[in-house]
Formats: sequence, structure tokens, C-alpha cells
Amino acid sequence: MEIDPFIFRLSIFILSIFVGYYVVWSVTPSLHTPLMSVTNAISSVIIVGAIIAALSGGDGMVFSSSSIYGFLAIILAAVNIFGGFLVTQRMLAMYKKKKKDK
Amino acid sequence: MSANLSAILYLVSGVLFILALRGLSSPETSRQGNLFGIIGMVIAVTVTFLSVSNFSSGFIYVLIFLAIGGSIGAFIAYRIPMTAMPELVAGFHSLVGLAAVFVAISAFINPAAFNLGVPGEIKLASLIEMAIGAAVGAITFSGSVIAFLKLQGIMSGAPITFKGQHLLNALLLILIVILTIYLCSTQSSNLFWILIAVSFLIGFLIIIPIGGADMPVVISMLNSYSGWAAAGIGFTLENTALIITGALVGSSGAILSYIMCKGMNRSFFNVILGGFGATDQNSGGQNTEQRPVKSGNADDAAFLMKNASSVIIVPGYGMAVAQAQHALREMVDTLKKNDIKVSYAIHPVAGRMPGHMNVLLAEANVPYDEVFELEEINNDFANTDVAFVIGANDVTNPVAKTDPQSPIYGMPVLDVEKCKSVLFVKRSLSPGYAGIDNDLFYKENTLMLFADAKKMTEDITKNL
Repeated sequence: MEIDPFIFRLSIFILSIFVGYYVVWSVTPSLHTPLMSVTNAISSVIIVGAIIAALSGGDGMVFSSSSIYGFLAIILAAVNIFGGFLVTQRMLAMYKKKKKDK
Repeated sequence: MSANLSAILYLVSGVLFILALRGLSSPETSRQGNLFGIIGMVIAVTVTFLSVSNFSSGFIYVLIFLAIGGSIGAFIAYRIPMTAMPELVAGFHSLVGLAAVFVAISAFINPAAFNLGVPGEIKLASLIEMAIGAAVGAITFSGSVIAFLKLQGIMSGAPITFKGQHLLNALLLILIVILTIYLCSTQSSNLFWILIAVSFLIGFLIIIPIGGADMPVVISMLNSYSGWAAAGIGFTLENTALIITGALVGSSGAILSYIMCKGMNRSFFNVILGGFGATDQNSGGQNTEQRPVKSGNADDAAFLMKNASSVIIVPGYGMAVAQAQHALREMVDTLKKNDIKVSYAIHPVAGRMPGHMNVLLAEANVPYDEVFELEEINNDFANTDVAFVIGANDVTNPVAKTDPQSPIYGMPVLDVEKCKSVLFVKRSLSPGYAGIDNDLFYKENTLMLFADAKKMTEDITKNL
């Protein structure tokens, strides 16, 4: 009997939850705000779905009823990707150690 | 590009996202981690472009919309003040949620483009995944919008409660399940729209009863939801990068919610069922006989600190509101010049989101190795001369240790009262968000400084 590919995806999903669990517990509490902004940025990888949706109309119909939702989703996800990564970078650049000479 | 190659590259980008979070275990590695995240995103987007075989004219529009969204995002990221970070994160969560809803709608209208069958005959598993993605996305969206409005002050931070609220929410959740079941058997698009509408309503209803001080939990929870929504869509699209990321973000948000709840000694359900601050739990209003309070001015405070050898600063949300972090660091610089040892104590739920205070102090150039978490520093208060409480309140309340009747009883608090003297900057004697009086105000060794946090800090610096 063949295994449904869904089971493979489910396995990846479950294992990733565990990876996430252990990785996030190791995040230092002082970086919890950047953690939220970076998780926000990476969850915008949903843009891959948005791109597929936007190009679903094919050549004849660039703006079909389904592709319009894709284009809207691209804008939203792009705001998040750029905004999320850049604001995280801005925050992380501020975390400095005490100067040694003191 | 072959399907196998793109699947492997999606996996690579998923792994890079894991490394991005891993980097956050210390500030030194964090910037590298962020770079991994960016590379992962570039790979995922590029692979998607390459695997969509037909480069139709739509491709140009994709780039245009990408550029529009990207510029808006970059503009916001550079302009946003650090004190507004909780609002920003709430706003960003709402976008992820809405994007998930849009992708689900598009997949429902045109399943062929996603290899999910034809309209009216979508594969059953895909339909369930789609419905979950859309519902969770919609809840994330409307919930985050409410959280954003509350944090921004457009909507009152006070909890909004009404009779039968929990019953209504429970019924709506059951309705979602029933709708999903019917959707699977009928494939009716009307049911799909109703499902999304009801989900929007649930998101709205579960966040309105939650008060301002519980926002750290709410934001973390919405963070988690946005992850599960992404994972749901990932299953629909059979995309490994999305599934991995969704799971990472989902568990990250869940852990943060747990840490925040623990910081308040409350169960998750207690927070979600809401109404902290609105439910007047006796110990607040009744006891309003005037108790003597010692109040002082900047001069007195400067005198106390000048004669101290160690000072611990306890910042809270009030510091963010007054934008006092820079003034505070200047004061600390002056103290350090006088050879006074200064450290910062941060309560897990200080501010409006996890790590809020740390970011503000980092912005003001406070080195992160002078900033300590509750467990690290709590024993030091007893050996410290002065505690300087600026904008924090409930997290310093000794009642949490002494009065089992108090609604915050059992919450871990900073042992500020053990210091030789306590300086408490506050605008008035009004109680904090929990609606309870702070015993610390009336202690023998407490000096209240009634003023705006920023102005008071500046005045103290002048007097040092």
C-alpha cells in the first residue's frame, strides 16, 4: 500500500513544531520583540501562494477573479516581508554590549 | 524547474528560517540570523517564480505589486518609533492573516491553478485545509485589527464585556465546524463566504474583552495564529517552506503566550476569557481611606541617588508612554560618573509586548549586559540602596506576595520594597491596570515622585 503524500507533509509539520519549540525556548528574553517581528516576516512566505494565485489567470486574463485576490495578497505579504525584516534589522542593530574600556 | 528541485529548495528556505530563529539566542548571532531569514525568503520567492512555467504578462504586475508592498513596508520599518513596536507587530499580524484569507479564496475560486481539482470538485483534503487556513487567517486578521486599535489608543484599552459573551463565542466556533463539514459535502461557495465572515466575527469578539495590560498575551497569541494560518495554506499548496514556517511561527507564538501568562500567574484561558481590570474584584475600590504617602521632588531624589552606591532601575509601560528612555539613560550616565553601580530589572510582562522594554533600552544605547530579567536580579534588591521605578506599577506590588485575596496574588513580582529606599515616578496615586492599589506607595522607605516620567528624570539629572 502506498503512503499518501499528505502523511509526509504532516510529518514535516509535526517535526517542525518540535524544532520550533526547542529553538524558541533558547531565544533570550531580551530579544522577544525582534523574535515576534522576524516570525512575522518569515510567515509572509505565504507570498509563494499569492504569486501562484496571481499568475493563475494565464495569458488571456491577467486580472481574473482569482488572480485579483492573489495580487492583493502579494501587496500585503510584501509589506510584511520588507517591513518585518527591516524593522528587525533596525532593532537588532541597537543591541550593543558594554564598552570594554569602562 | 523540476518539481523535485523546487521542493528541495523550499526545504532549504525552511531550514534557513529555523536558523534565523536560532540566531536570536544571543544578540551577537542575531543579525546573522536575520540575514539567513532574508536569504530564505529570497530563495522561496525565486523558486516560485521559476516554477510557474508560463511567464505571462501577469508576471510584470506581480513585480509591480511586490514593489508597491515592499516600499510601503520599508517606509514603515524606517519611520516607526520604537515605542510603537507593539502596534506595528499587531498591524503586521493582521496583514499575514488577510493574505492567508486571500490566497484561500483564490484557491477556492480557481483550484485548477493550484492542482487541487476543478471548482465544485475540489479534493476533500484540500478543501478542509483551505477552510482551516481561511478561518484561522480571518480570525488573525480581525483580532489583530482590534489589538492594533486598542494599542494605538483609537479604541479604548478597557475590556468590553457583555452577558453571554462566552456562550456566543462557543456557538460561533461550533458553527465554524458545522460550516466546514457542510462545505465539504456541498462545495458551495456561499458556505465558504459565510465561513470567512463568521471567522472575522470571532476574531473581533475574542479580542474586545481583553484589557490593555493583557496585550502581551494577545499579541503573542495572534503571532501564533498567523503561523497556523500560514501552515494551513502550506498544506493546501503542498509547500514545505510554508508548512515549516507555519509550524515554527505557531509554536513560537504559543511559547511566548505561555511565558507571558506565567509572568502574570494566570492561565491562558483566564486571559482569553478576558475582563481583567473590568471585573472589580473587591480589593480595589473599597479600601480607599487615605493612607499617608511620602512625596518628594527631583532634588530629594537626586540627593538619595547621589549617596547610594547601587541603583536598580525598574522600567514599565509608563516609560514607553512618556518616551523617557533617552532621558533615563542620561541620568544613568551621570550616576555612573559618580561611581554608582546601575542595573536594570525587567519584568516579563512589563510593557505591551514580550521584550518591549529591552528594545526601548537598547534604542537608548543601554548595553544589554546591564539589563536583567526578573529571576536574575530579584535577589539583588535586598543589597541595593535605591530602586528607581519608572512607569511600572503592578509588577512591583508586594500585595502579590502577601494578600491571597488580591487578583494578582501569586504573580511573580520584583522585590523592589527590599531596597533601602524606593523612588517611584508616577503621575498620580491611581491604581495600575489590574485596578488594585499598590502597597508599595505607602511603605516607609518609598518616596513618590509625582510627575511626568521624562520631565522628572531630566530634572533629577540636572540636580545630580
